[in-house]
Order: sequence, then structure tokens, then C-alpha cells
Amino acid sequence: MNHLPLIIKREYLTKVKNKSFIIMTFLSPLIFMSLIAVVAYLTQLNKNKIRVVSILDESGLVSNVFKNSENTSYNILEGMSLDDAKALVQESEGYGLLYVNAISEEKLTSENLTFYSEESPSLTLISNLEGKIQSELTLQNRIKEGIDIDKLKATKVNIEINQESFEGEKTSKVDSVVKLIFGGAAGYLLFMFIIIYGNMIMRSVIEEKTSRIIEVIISSVKPVQLMLGKIIGTSLAGITQFVIWVILGGVLMTVASLILGIDMSEMQTPQQQIMEQAMENPEVNVQLQNSITAFYNLPLANLVVAFLLFFIGGYLLYSSLYAAIGAAVDNETDTQQFMLPIIMPLVLAVYIGIFTVIEDPHGTVSTVFSFIPLTSPVVMLMRIPFGVPIWQQVLSLLILVGSFMFTVWFAAKIYRVGILMYGKKPSYKELIKWIKY
Amino acid sequence: MNNLLEVNNVSKYFGDFKALNDVSISIPRGSIFGLLGPNGAGKTTLIRVINQITMPDSGSVILDGEPLSQKHIMDIGYLPEERGLYKSMKVGEQAIYLAQLKGLSKAEAKKRLKYWFERLEIGDWWDKKIQELSKGMAQKIQFVVTVLHEPKLLIFDEPFSGFDPINANLIKDEILRLRENGATVIFSTHRMESVEELCDDIALIHKSNKILDGNLVDVKRQYKINTYEVGIRAKNQMLLEQELSEKFNVSKANFKTLEDELKLNIKLQQNGKPNDLLSYLTQKGEVSHFVELIPSVNDIFIQAVNNN
Repeated sequence: MNHLPLIIKREYLTKVKNKSFIIMTFLSPLIFMSLIAVVAYLTQLNKNKIRVVSILDESGLVSNVFKNSENTSYNILEGMSLDDAKALVQESEGYGLLYVNAISEEKLTSENLTFYSEESPSLTLISNLEGKIQSELTLQNRIKEGIDIDKLKATKVNIEINQESFEGEKTSKVDSVVKLIFGGAAGYLLFMFIIIYGNMIMRSVIEEKTSRIIEVIISSVKPVQLMLGKIIGTSLAGITQFVIWVILGGVLMTVASLILGIDMSEMQTPQQQIMEQAMENPEVNVQLQNSITAFYNLPLANLVVAFLLFFIGGYLLYSSLYAAIGAAVDNETDTQQFMLPIIMPLVLAVYIGIFTVIEDPHGTVSTVFSFIPLTSPVVMLMRIPFGVPIWQQVLSLLILVGSFMFTVWFAAKIYRVGILMYGKKPSYKELIKWIKY
Repeated sequence: MNNLLEVNNVSKYFGDFKALNDVSISIPRGSIFGLLGPNGAGKTTLIRVINQITMPDSGSVILDGEPLSQKHIMDIGYLPEERGLYKSMKVGEQAIYLAQLKGLSKAEAKKRLKYWFERLEIGDWWDKKIQELSKGMAQKIQFVVTVLHEPKLLIFDEPFSGFDPINANLIKDEILRLRENGATVIFSTHRMESVEELCDDIALIHKSNKILDGNLVDVKRQYKINTYEVGIRAKNQMLLEQELSEKFNVSKANFKTLEDELKLNIKLQQNGKPNDLLSYLTQKGEVSHFVELIPSVNDIFIQAVNNN
């Protein structure tokens, strides 16, 4: 008799009907979105505040390069001593004072420049000031040396090397970034999914043990069936939650931006400001278009299929281990010693993905770890956007499926014995013994 | 086939530990079979083997003439000693789920549950969660779930623990009624008085071995102690007692009488006849009490365990 659908249905319904599950499902996006809204709101507040920066230029070389901008206004001070200027700025509660020393040899160097302020100044402001002074001084130097500025500009050359694989597939630097984002998102999603819902499976096994219903259940059902039912049921509940999160997040995002009048997409961070400045540069605009084409250049079909297969395989592999841990212990506090060997390869996989795959997606480390079953789902998902030969994907998947079947067998053994063991905190040695029972 | 269940030479090891050593028992159809033994003797392991929760290392189990297989799951109802239900699930939902696992259809399960809930007067619990019920109430639900699919073989491990006397009696009557309807019952317990009361056959398991089994009356006959409880009135009781203790194996007895009289337990020789004793006693005084002592299951249990 196949009870699997029945078990899956029960597991799914109890998870979904659980109060804390419902609350988490609907509250999480709300909390998340309100956090974003608060940050957005604060950023806007920040944006509206105008910083007053006073300039005391004793050299007279740079005072005319400072033009007031949206959130910084410059106050040019003249004919006063440094001490007076400091006192004035402090009194008027200005943001700070840039002091340029009088120069003797007509050469302005870093030693002549000092910024005085109450608190340490913002990094972007300082680099902004530095940039302005730097380009002004460079310009002055060039003029002094008799260099034709227009000619100089005209001689400047911009180079970008085209990348093409031997098969004729075109790529570019922007492509790499897009690929990275795709692979990273896929790998990270799997990582989060395993941790959240793996734990949920473990808890539900422990719950069955502590409520002592387990013996009744397995007098009707094979332990493997119960375990698989639990894993699949919980995963379906997890997918439901995820989908609701995505939908609700989208709706809330729209509602929030309508009500609060905050345009989320225009939320500005310093990085974005720099980006925007760069956008004015026509070259970058081309790059943006490149990134759109890069998206279409991705091996999309391969990506989607591989994502589904590796996601399912990796998730099932880990969740069967979680189920085995749940069966081996009596309560959640005892799970710690067994959690480490699960979390370790998972974290390792993410680190390898972030540090090694970016640097060298087809290097030895990336390739090897994309075959080792505990790390392969994450690492391979991150590698695939960079184009992995089909035979490697298939091989990795076969290894994954093989080890998944092995872990299910292994977990089922531990599960079968563990669920009937009470009161003892098992050691690894004992777990090995259980397999022989 | 006279026996519903036959366990043949079953052994089970857990690592180096031998949980069952070559155990064989036969359970007659329609009987109530007492499975006795001290804690840790291997009773639960044997029950789990019968339930196919644990696979035996050697030996076989025959149910209704066929080797035990997956399809027999719906022929067995098992109430384990460690009881439990899903705490946060509603009573009705949970009972239906468990019945479906035993192969009943949803509609059939619902119909039978309605009947049982009415019978045990627990109909208004249907929508309650288990965590809202008392322990005894939850036990009642569990009992219903165990018998709902009308299995041929019912296995109860300490069925009365957790019940108050009234409910324990109710459950006892239900077990007897189920037997009348054709079910065979395995009954594992430490409570010897309920064994005396209910069981037709027993088996005693001690340190992984079966040390005794058979029909309860036969077992008692086997453990007959050939001892009679005697009450006798005589002029000089002291003298009579001395005389008797020279002739027989005698110990003090304790029972209620109207008059003050000599109360003794007299053990006969291997081939001594009670009639001979009685006629001897009637010459000595007036016999008011003459009863054969039958060993209780408790005595047999203790004696058998100690002898091993």
C-alpha cells in the first residue's frame, strides 16, 4: 500500500495550517518591507539635509571650483585667519572647513590641504572634494605647460576588448557581472532554502518523537515512506511560503511606494550616486545596453533546467540528513553536535562560489567542488551561467542523485532505529552501529 | 489453522546485545494471550517484530497461515506502551488520518468513528485538539484508533495504564467484546491481576528467552504446589500443630474464620492424596476449611524468573 500521498498531504496541511507558519508567512514580508521603507525614508531625510562646507583658500588656486550642488553648499571664506574661520564654522554649526595653505613654490600638494570638522566627515564628501581639486590642478598644470586641452581630449582613446569563446559565443565584462548575479542568486536561494526548511523537517521529526506517536505511525507505514513524505510535504509548504512571500513582497512594495510616495527604485545610496554620475558618461550607457543583451545571452534554458534539477537534488540531499539528525536526537538542543557537519559544507560551498567562481569559474577548485555532492548544487549553480559543458553538468547531477540515494538509505537506517530510541544522546559511534541493526 | 499467529525461532540482535533468543510462541485464534516478562526482557522487541517495525535476524512469523508481509499491516492493531498522538491536530482529523494509514477509506473511517465516539460518549471531542484533552481522554482516542479497522490481531501493550478504574473497566469490557467478535488479542502487561482475569494463554519472556508458555490453566497445573489451606478446631491446638508439623511440611496460614482455630498450609508429598490428608485431619478435630492453593500468575512469574 502506498501511503506516500497521504503522508505528504498531512505534512503539508499541518505545516500550512500552523499558526506560527501563517503568521511568519504574512508578517515576514511586512516586516521586511517596512524595514526597507524606514531605510528609504531615512535616506530621503538625509538627502534633504544640505551640508554647508566652508572653504578657506589662502592659495587662491582652487576657490572657484566649488559649485553648490543638491545637498552640499559651499561657503567661500576670505580674509580671515584659520582660527577665526574654525570658530565661525563651529558657531554656525557648519559641516566642516576645508583649509588650503598659502603656498610658496606655486605648487599645491596634499600637505597644504586640511579638512576640519566636528565629527569625521563622510567619505564620499572628502573624495568629492579631492576629485574637484585634483582635476582643477591638473588642468592648471597642463595650461601652464602649454598643452592644448582640446587636442589632449581628442587624442584620448577608449578600449574594450571583445571576448569570444572558440565556439563563437560572445561575452563581455558586463556579461560576467550579470552571470555572477544570476549564479549568486541561485546558489544563495538554495542555501537559504536548505537552512530554513531543513530545520523545519528536523523539528517535525523531533516533534513526532517527543509526542510518541511515531510507533503507531510506523506500525502502518515504512519509515522510509514517512521520511520521504515529511521531506516532500515540508518542501511543498516551503515553496508555498516562498511564493506568497514573493507575491506579497511585490504587492507591498507597490502599495508602500504609492502611499509613502517613496520611489523605491530611486532610493539613493552613495554607490548609486556614483553610478548615476557615471551614467552621464555615454560609454556607460552603452554598457547598460550591453547588460541587457548579456541577459539574453545567458544560456537561459540550460540555467532554468539546471537550477530546477540541482535545486531539488541538493535540497533533498540535505533535508534527508536533517531528517536523520531529527531522528537521532530527543530534543532540539541535542542537535548542535550534528549540525556542524551539515552547515560546514554548505557555508564552504557559498564561499567557494563567491570567492573562487568569480575569479576563475572553470579553475580546478571550482570544478572539483562542483562535483563533490555536498557542495555541488551551490557551486555548480553559480558556475553554470559562465557556460559549463553539458557532460560536466550531467556527471555532477549523476553524482548528486547517487549520493542522494545513498543519504536517503543512510538517513532511513538512522531514522528507523533513531525514532524508537529515547533518552539517550547518541554519539557518532553509535550512529554507525545503528546502520548495522 | 488453529493458531492465528505463530512466531518461529525468532532471534534479534542489536549490535552485541541479544534482544530475542530463539523465541517461539503460538497464539490460538480467538484467544487473549498474555505476554509477560520483567522490564527489558524483550517483550517490546517481540511485539515490534510482529508489527514489522523491527525485522528479525532469523526465524519467521506466520500470520493466518502466511508469512508476515506488508499486506498484513491492516490485519494488526497496535496500541504501544509509549502512547502519543499529534498534539496540535484535531481529534477527528487525526483519527481519520491514522485509519487511512491502516487502509480504510475516508468515508468508512468517518462512519466507524462516529459509531465508536457515540459508543464511548466522546462525540463532542471531534473538533478538539489533542493538547486540549486530558491524558485519559487521549488514551481513549488512541484505543479507538487502534481497533477501528477491525483487525484480526490486536496488540495491547499495558492497555490500562493511565486510565481511572471506571475507564479501565470500560476498556476491559471492550477488549472482551472484540474477542467475542472474533479478534485475537495479545496483551502485554505487568499487572498480574488483569492477566488472571482476562488471559487464556500466556508466555513468559525473561532475558530474551521464552521460559514458559501455554494455556493458563495448564501452566498453573504445572506449577501446582500440592498445598492445602486447612482450618481445624481441636482441644489442644498447640499439640496438634506439633504433631502435624512432624508428619507434613507445614506453615502458618492466614484467612478469616468465625471461631479461633488452627490455620495451616499443609504441603503434601509428591504422590500424596488430598483425601488421605482430609481423613487424617477429621480424626484429629473438626475441619472447617479445606482448600487447594492455586499458584497465582504472580507467584508463577516470580518463581519462573527466579529459577532462571
